This record gives sequence, structure tokens and C-alpha cells, in this order.
Amino acid sequence: MSHMMIPKTYKLYINGTFVRSESGRSYQVFDKNHVFVANVAMASRKDARDAVVAARSAFSSWSGASAYNRGQVLYRIAEILEGRREQFIAEILQAEGGGRANAALQVNETIDTWVWYAGWADKYAQVAGNTNPVTGPYFNLSVTEPTGVVSVIAPKRPSLLGFASAVAPVLVSGNTVVVIASQPHPLPALSLSEVLATSDIPKGAVNILSGNPAEISPWLASHADINAIYLIGAGDLNWADLQASAAETLKRVVPPEADNDIASRSLERILAFTEIKTVWHTKSLS
Amino acid sequence: MTFLEYAPAPESKAILKLKPEYGLFIDGKFISGHGKPFQTISPSTEDPIATISCANEQDVDVAVSAARRSYEHIWSRLNGAVRGKYLFRIARLIQERSRELAVAESWDNGKPIKESRDVDIPLVAAWFFYYAGWADKLDYAGLGADPQPFGVAAQVIPWNFPLLMLAWKIAPALAAGNTVVLKPAETTPLTALLFAEILEQADMPPGVVNIITGAGETGRLLVNHPDVNKVAFTGSTAVGREIARAVSGTHKKLTLELGGKGANIVFEDAPIDQAVEGIVNGIFFNQGHVCCAGSRLIVQESIHDDLIERLKSRLSTLRLGDPLDKNTDIGAINSPAQLERIKALSSAGEVEGATRWSADCVMPAKGFWFPPTIFTNVSTSHSVARDEIFGPVLSVLTFRTPAEAIAKANNTPYGLSAGIWTDKGSRILAVADELRAGVVWANTFNRFDPSSPFGGYKESGYGREGGRHGLLAYLKSGAPATFKRSEKQVPTSASPVKAIRRSRMTKRVV
Repeated sequence: MSHMMIPKTYKLYINGTFVRSESGRSYQVFDKNHVFVANVAMASRKDARDAVVAARSAFSSWSGASAYNRGQVLYRIAEILEGRREQFIAEILQAEGGGRANAALQVNETIDTWVWYAGWADKYAQVAGNTNPVTGPYFNLSVTEPTGVVSVIAPKRPSLLGFASAVAPVLVSGNTVVVIASQPHPLPALSLSEVLATSDIPKGAVNILSGNPAEISPWLASHADINAIYLIGAGDLNWADLQASAAETLKRVVPPEADNDIASRSLERILAFTEIKTVWHTKSLS
Repeated sequence: MTFLEYAPAPESKAILKLKPEYGLFIDGKFISGHGKPFQTISPSTEDPIATISCANEQDVDVAVSAARRSYEHIWSRLNGAVRGKYLFRIARLIQERSRELAVAESWDNGKPIKESRDVDIPLVAAWFFYYAGWADKLDYAGLGADPQPFGVAAQVIPWNFPLLMLAWKIAPALAAGNTVVLKPAETTPLTALLFAEILEQADMPPGVVNIITGAGETGRLLVNHPDVNKVAFTGSTAVGREIARAVSGTHKKLTLELGGKGANIVFEDAPIDQAVEGIVNGIFFNQGHVCCAGSRLIVQESIHDDLIERLKSRLSTLRLGDPLDKNTDIGAINSPAQLERIKALSSAGEVEGATRWSADCVMPAKGFWFPPTIFTNVSTSHSVARDEIFGPVLSVLTFRTPAEAIAKANNTPYGLSAGIWTDKGSRILAVADELRAGVVWANTFNRFDPSSPFGGYKESGYGREGGRHGLLAYLKSGAPATFKRSEKQVPTSASPVKAIRRSRMTKRVV
């Protein structure tokens, strides 16, 4: 007897919970052959603002976790992904096509991306910080710290790897994020929220919105409680306006990358969302 | 004469050989600007010092073209060691002419000669000396091999540390291989123009550094010029916002060093006499015209009354007056506009209910002056606790627990500086961890060094000046992309497998 398939309801992921849009809106997502797959929650301004509140509340616990712990949590995301690889291969294949081998490769690279950044958690500060030989009786140390709440516009494709390549480097230093997933292919990212929900990352540290980036991103760009905005997937939006809007609160802005090498792993992506704090300590025998 | 009175001991202006008029310094020559010339005056006497050219759109274009030409044909082609030697020369010339520069700075800006002589100018020389050594060591800066300059850097600097801010901007830019068009503030152009003479003495190739004078409009034309690759600005948060808006969508690299409302936290176990000196230095150094000033004193309730008594007593000994007098502690406010702002914010403090106390100073008849002032009974919502006053005005708040001190310190959109005063080392480290500020001074305040990065969190700006990190504001990774590719991975093309195979094969062949 054949089993009748139960379709999944794809929701937003805000403050560690799966919610429909408060607006009650949804939009249709289609597969590579333009066949209907799901009605996905269409996030509103209010959802975006709720996500920012959650991200701000999570900042002290995530940035305050030890570097070793953050590394282990990111590694655990890779572990759980590994166990669910077949699901993600199927979702990528359904959304993007391109053959099973490519979808499998994308999942492999996504897993390796989380592992690569997990390993940086307790090392990037050593590479990016240093003592400074100042004149006078002072011990002077420059250290890196996370910038705060970061808003990310994820690339459209590759849907899963692009998401991980944009979010992992922001997360590793202790930032908390509000991500707008790929509008045409949101399902892999929304399924990844199930991985995040069981990964020991504090609730609210990653918030995932599906919907229209052109509609939601202006609210995030102008939001006073966001410290930085990563426009990696905003190449076909009016990102100059987003950057201008972000200027009102002097957010750090990383514009879309010129060569569109979305899946590259780099230390510079981590450091783009960190601040340098320099502390002067007096030295004295008395 | 009481024991506090001193005979006048003015530094002589005879050391200066100023011209009555200064042009724009473009492509190695002084030329007349096409804007309306203006006068720079002494804020302590209101006497005119010199007539200064104003750069209009055409002049800005000529300056940027000169910088572009010299970037393409000269500066970017020199090897780092040669660029470094030019910077070393500049450092030495500044040391040789340090007294002259100090006198010019104090006369034009109003700051006490003991500060320009002992702090500003020595740091200017040190800054060039520090970055000179970087010019041939850029591979070690942290961006991998062969990092690249951006090209032409547009730099706009404020009036509070005129020559020092010039050094903070020009030294790392040139070391990294950029060329520069710099605009000093319209109230303090003098030392930048003397610096242009130093460039001539250093036989600097023409066009590598161009200095254009003028007011806000000249600065706006400069940062908006389409052939500029990098913009660096130090000044108010309002203007910083405007610049950030203006460069959006352009791929111009931007660094901003903006305002602050620094918290100076004093715990009850602090070494109290040192703390008093540190608080005074933190807010009354340079008349409080310091973006990283410790303008909010956050003191533990148990020692509040004692500390305020000691502060008032110490402030009563400060000597306000002639900036060129070697005994002067508090000089002139830089401009009538700034004086008005300080007066307006101080009046608002009184109206809102804070208690005002000002040192009993005799104000000179001419010039712009404001006495050292303390506000007590300040709450976090008062404007004197929130707005940057940029003057000799200290707002005092209190706390009971370390957590409350941290919360109050961070309760500001700014994040430039903070101070911690306590004898307990572990508390210093724990509080320093929690403060959202780019520079934290523990049991000291307002220390600067060319090797030490300086810059803000939040609305105090982004990017760092000083140290290795300051160099990174003027360099990009040698790889063509914004971010260099660390490893070969999945490309985003339609057929990643083939591309991966290709890249693996290439690797094997190589």
C-alpha cells in the first residue's frame, strides 16, 4: 500500500520558534519545473522587527559564550546537517535542479563550510588582534569583538551553500543575525532552521525570514538596533539605497561582492563583522 | 600675587615666518583658489593670522587629477622602501621644526602651548616615523602577500588636533601607496599649510599630497568627487552620516572617526588622586575639544561627594588664558560657533535640572572662552548626559553596582572611548570586556600612540587609525575580489561539479 505524502509547512524562524508571518501572508514556492511546492510565510515589517528584538536579546549569551563553545555549536550544525543530508539534497534538487551530484556536492560544501568556520571560533582573535608597543608604562592590547546584530541578505543561489557562506562567518565571532533567505528557493534555508533549533545555538541568535527582500530589507537597513548589514545577496536589489539608509545609524555595510564568488570561505568575511577594541592598562610596581 | 599666580611666560611668535596669504597646495605648488578667500584668526585674541584660499569645484577637480596622475605614474610605482624614506624624511623635518609648528598650532587653534609642544607635535613626528617603517613591510600587515592601495584618498579633518589629525590620515595613506587630497578645517588651516612647506623641503614628488582649504562645501566636493577611491573623515557624527550617505553605492572605501560621549567609570577603591588627575585630563585636555573625551563621569555613589570636592578643588587651580603662555592649562574655545554650542548645551543642562558649577576663572576680554564646568545631579535622560558637548563640561552620574556602571556607560549611541578606575585588576578586565567602546583606558585616560589603534563602535564610526589596524584602512587584499578566496570550492555557476573538477585539475597541474 502506498504512503500518501505529508507536505511540510514552512514557517519563519524567529527567537527559536517556528512562526507564521504575523501578517498572515504567504507566497507560493515552485520547483525547478515551475510546479507548486509550498506556501511559504511571507515576512512583514513586524516580523523583521520581532527578529531584531530576538537577535538583540540573544547577543549577550551568544557573544558571551566561550570561543570553544561557539566552535562546538557551529561544528554541531555540521554534524546534524550530515545526518540529514538526503533531505537537503532532495530540497536543493527540487529547487535548483542541476542533477543529484551537484546537489550532493552543494550539501558537502555546506557542511565543510560550517566546519571551516567552526574551527576559526577560537583562532580568529589571535590572528586579528595584537599587543601594541606603546611608549610609556602601559600594557596595550587590541582585541576583536563581534559587531552586534547583523542583518544578512542571503544569495538566491546556491540556496543552501549561499546561506551558510553568508551566515557562518557572521555568526562565528558572536554576532547574532537576522537573515532574509533566498526568495525563489527558501526551503533549504527554512529546513536549516530545524538544524539550528537542535544545535544548542541560543534561541534568537539566528532568525530566518522568507519573503520579498526588496520589501523587508529597507526596514532592516534603517533599523536603529542593527549594527551591520551584509548585502552579499542584494546584487539585484537597489542596494545603494539600502546603504544610504544604513548611513543614518552608521551601520557597517558590506556591499555585494564584485566577483560574486559567494561560496568562498575567508577570514576577511569574519573580520568584516568585528570591531577592534584597544585597552590600555597602566604598569606599576607600587 | 597669590601662590597660584605666575608671571606671564609666553612662547615667542618670532619663530614663525608666516606668509600673509596662503594658496592651495596642488601638484607640488601653491596656487590661488577660485573660491572666496577667508581669514584664519587666533581664537584667543581674534587677531587675523593669514588669508587662506578657498577651493571651489574646479580646484577640487584639479587637486584630485594631480593626485590621480601622481598615483598612476609615480607613487604606486615606487617601491615601499623609497616611499618609507620620504615618510622618514617628513618625520625628521617635523622634529626639526617642532617648536615652530607648536606655536603655529596654539596660535591658530587656541590650545595651550604645553599641549601642542608636548603632545600634538611629538605625536605627529612619531606617527610619520611609525608608518614610514610599514611602507616596505605591507606583506606583513595581515592581508596576505602583495596588498594593494585604493588609489586616491580624500581626507577631511577637524579643528581640534589639526596637525595630528593630518598625520593620522596622511602617514598610513602614503605608506600603503595611496596619494592624498586633504582638506583641513576652515578655522585651523595653518599647520597643514606649513606641512605643505615641509613636503617641499622633503622633495616629495608633486601631487602625492595635495592640501586644499575651504569650508564644508569644499569638503563635500572632495568626498563626492567621482575619481576618489577612498574617503577618510574625522569630525561630527552628523557630517559622518552625510558622507556615509554620499558614498553609498559607489564602492568608495570609507572610514569614519566621529563623535563620542566617553564614560569614565570610577570605583570606590580607585587610587583617588590619580583618578582626579585622570578625570581632569579626560575632559579638560584641549578644552574638551576631544572626540574621545571622558565627558561622562560615572562614579560609585559611596565616593561621589568626596570625589566632586576634590575635583572642584583641583579645577580651581587650573589657569585659563593665553594659549601661548607656558603655564596655561586651559586655552581658548576654537570658534564663536563652538562657544555658542557649549553655552547652549550647558544652559539646557541647567534648565533640565542638573546642578552647574564652574571654576572661578577670570576671562580675557577678547577671544572665546569657557570655564571648566561640572554638572552634578545628572540623570541618564539629561541632554548633558547624551549629547556630545565638545567643550570643557563634565557630567556626573552615579552607580551602586558594577553592572549598573556598565549599563550606564553603554547607554549611548556612541562607542568611542571609556575609562575604568579601580585598584582591582580582575575588575578592570571584566569591565573592559563589557564596554562597547573602541578604546578603553584603565587607570589612565587620553593616551595616544602611533602603534595603538583608535576608533569607534556604533555611531562613533568605523575603521581604525593607528597601529597595524590603521594601515588596513588604506589597503585591500592583493586578490582581485573584495574577499580573497581561501580555498577552492563550489562556484556558483550552473555546473559546479565540472568547475570543481577543473579547479582540482588545475591544482594538480600547478
